Order: sequence, then C-alpha cells, then structure tokens
Amino acid sequence: MAASDDASRADDAPAAARTVLDDRDIARALTRITHEILERNRGSADLLLLGIPTRGVHLARRIAARMSEVEDRKLIAGALDITMYRDDLRLKPARALAHTDIPEDIDDKIVVLVDDVLFSGRTIRAALDALNDIGRPRAVQLAVLVDRGHRELPIRADFVGKNLPTSLVEKVKVRLTESDEVDAVEIRGGFA
Amino acid sequence: MKHLLSAGDLSREEAVQILDTAEELLSVASRPIKKLPTLRGRTVVNLFFEDSTRTRISFEAAAKRLSADVINFSAKGSSVSKGESLKDTALTLQAMGADAVIVRHHHSGAPHRLAHAQWTKGAVINAGDGTHEHPTQALLDAFTMRRHLGELEGRNVTIVGDVLHSRVARSNALLLHTLGANVTLVAPPTLLPVGVEHWPVETSYNLDTSVEKADVVMMLRVQRERMNASFFPSAREYSRRYGLDTARMNRLPDHAIVMHPGPMNRGMEITADVADHDRSVIVEQVTNGVAVRMAVLYLLLGGAAENDTDTTTEGEA
Repeated sequence: MAASDDASRADDAPAAARTVLDDRDIARALTRITHEILERNRGSADLLLLGIPTRGVHLARRIAARMSEVEDRKLIAGALDITMYRDDLRLKPARALAHTDIPEDIDDKIVVLVDDVLFSGRTIRAALDALNDIGRPRAVQLAVLVDRGHRELPIRADFVGKNLPTSLVEKVKVRLTESDEVDAVEIRGGFA
Repeated sequence: MKHLLSAGDLSREEAVQILDTAEELLSVASRPIKKLPTLRGRTVVNLFFEDSTRTRISFEAAAKRLSADVINFSAKGSSVSKGESLKDTALTLQAMGADAVIVRHHHSGAPHRLAHAQWTKGAVINAGDGTHEHPTQALLDAFTMRRHLGELEGRNVTIVGDVLHSRVARSNALLLHTLGANVTLVAPPTLLPVGVEHWPVETSYNLDTSVEKADVVMMLRVQRERMNASFFPSAREYSRRYGLDTARMNRLPDHAIVMHPGPMNRGMEITADVADHDRSVIVEQVTNGVAVRMAVLYLLLGGAAENDTDTTTEGEA
C-alpha cells in the first residue's frame, strides 16, 4: 500500500515503466497463493481474508472468489484500514480514511492479511496493531502479490506472488482493473 | 483547515471529508476496544465558559477515543471567577502545551479571537459562541440527515423556533446550504434575527405550510436564559403555533425525520409523544456527535501541522 502510494505520486516523473507481471502472471500467482493458503491451513474452516486498502482489498476479494470455487462454499473477504495506526501520520497532512469491513468476529480465526506490495513492513506492523484492537485471532498470516525487499521491521510474508529484487530508488506499482485500467505490476525509475 | 470556527468556512469538499471520516469512525463505538491510538501524546483542552453537558462530554469522549489527553476547564471554580481574562487563561493553557483548544464562550467571536490573536498555537474548535455559531452541531446534524436520507442535495430542511438566539440554526443554515440542501426557517417575526434576508435560506411564519414538503424538521430549544424581552405573548401560544405535536408530525412525508439539538423543553417546542416517536432521531444525534467530533479532531490534529503563516497573520497580537 505504502509503496504503491509513493509510486503513484512519482508518476509525473518521466521514467520508463517496466512491466514485470502482466494480467496472466497475476492471475496465476493469485491462484497459486489461494491453494497455498488452503494447503497450509488444511481447508478454509476458520479462515478470514482481510485486505489492506486499496489494492489489498481487491486482491483479497479475488483470492476469496477463487477459494469459494475450490471449497464449494461462499467466502467473503473483508477490509482493514490501517490509517489511524500508521507511524508516519505526522509527516503528512491528515489522510482520508478507507473503509474497514470485518465480515465476522475475528476471535479464534486464522486471519490472512492481504496486501499488494510488501516493502518496509510498516503497513503490516500497523495492521497487526489494528487487529489487536478488534479481537484476538488464533493466528495471523500474510499474503502479498509482490515482495520487493528492504524490510525495516522483523516481518515476513507467508505467501508471496513474486519476489522482486529492487533498488530503493525504484518504485513498484501494482495496477488492478478494479482501480486502474489494467492488471499489471510495473517498476519505474532507477537504471538497474 | 487549521481551526474550526464557523460552519461557513468549510468548503463542500471539506465538509464531505469530515462526514465521510465520521462515517468510518462511527464503527469504533461498536468495537470491543473503543479506542484508536492516533492522537496519543496530544493534549486537548475543553475550555468551557458556559454550562454544557452533551457537547463537553461528547468532545471529551471523542478525544479520549483517539487516545488524546483531555484537560477539562470550566469557568466555574477556576480563576475566571477571580476575574482572569480570556487572554490570560489562553496563555496559561498554551504554557501547558495544548495542541487543541475546544472553546465554548458566552460571547460571540471569542473562539475567533482566540484563534487569531496568537495566544495559543493549537487548533481552536468552536463549541458554541454566544448566539453566533456551533459548527460541530451542524456537522453532526448533517451527518445524521445523510445517514437517513442519503445525499442532501435538493433536500428540504425546516428549522423551527428560536432562530434569533440559536447558534445551531446559523451553523446549520450555512453548512446545509454548502451541501446543497434548501433550508426554511420558521419562527415568529420577533425570533428571526436582523439581516436574516442575507442568509442563504427562506423564511416563513407558518409551520403548517412548511411541514408538508419537509424531509427534515429540526426543532430549536426556546432559550429562556437569553430571553430578556417579551418575544411572544405566552408559552402556550408559542407551543400552539410553533410546537411540534403528533398532529403536525403526521402531516410530514413518510420518510421525514424529526431532530432536536437538545436539551429539549418537552411540552414547549416539542411534545413528549413526538420526542419519543420512531421518527425522532434525537438520541442518535448524540451518538453521531462523538463520531463527528472524532473526525474533526483527527483531521485537525492527526496529520502534520500545516504552515500556519497565512492563517495567523491576520490576527493582531
């Protein structure tokens, strides 16, 4: 989330964008993540998918749709806005809040957080704090479409669509049809 | 936005942002832990020179749910009763490091003075000044209307009663106009303020003709403490002509709601039957007030401090 935010702000810089994942790559990665989640947790009982706005929510819904097909029952993904828990709130003017939607009680559930890009890990730290105020899950797991490295906190993902080694000057942008016109993961900037 | 002094200062964009933020914050009240860490370490002062129950408690609850530290100050039992001026009180609070000052004062314009005289560096939020404005009340009213009616564009809001002494009516008229609603003020001629023809509203002396097209009827409290002259012949006559009873309520469209900023004079401007009726959203207004005030505090204090050079230079030190 944080990473794609930065990328959208840097869009006006005339840097060439490289597409590293196209729509079919993203679809395959999400299908694989869906199966990995089900395999690790031996089915979808007690599972609750929570996306982190904006694009994490789209991804969580897509995974939930795939999971519903595999498991033959309707699974609904929720949304967890972490704005009020960010550690960098005072660096920028107050941000608009996104919608939080917790479809069912999270106590004793296995919560799978879903985000588009894992970067510093600070978003996930905030998400863990937010979860803590809502209830006490049995376990929390993390699924991301892209892990671009450069962690600033001891946080790792359980399910990764693509490991993408990047330099700090590069921007990773995930684009999804729900918000943008295409499905693609792009890298901008840098001359690596 | 550095201060919230008048509902008229808000652009439509800003007002909608506050209402949208409040919409998200409303769910905090139904969680097991009704607290967000956002304003941890910030100090909010409730500076109340006038009696208030719900506004002060509402602001206090809002600040505490955002983890701010709250200092309550009421004029009674403080150095104000020894003759301390607003300026000295403000300087004292500044010295204690207040990040926001929520002020209610019996004189119109006191919050404006506080915000622009550089006595305090914090954000100033007007919680009611004299007969002038009460912007957070207007925001929570608009929020309540929006939850029941959807977008307010083109909706008809009838505000009835003591408009002359009502800061709620003025703030509502300004904000609802910004949000695109049509406001009609209904009051006896003696209780309409001078210059009301310059407000963005229609006026009427007849409640019965206004109720039939109203989406919202907002009853105002008859402010006995501010009545220093005879504005109407008798309470009974006022109640007959401008009170909301069951018969009048039944003439409202089916979807219309009844509001009152409180405290109510039951039997005067509103009958007990109407106040307790399903269509009355008066208790809900109080719940929504906390969410709206959380939104205001978050948007004023939650982010980086704005460069306040342009907003404070106009005040003479």
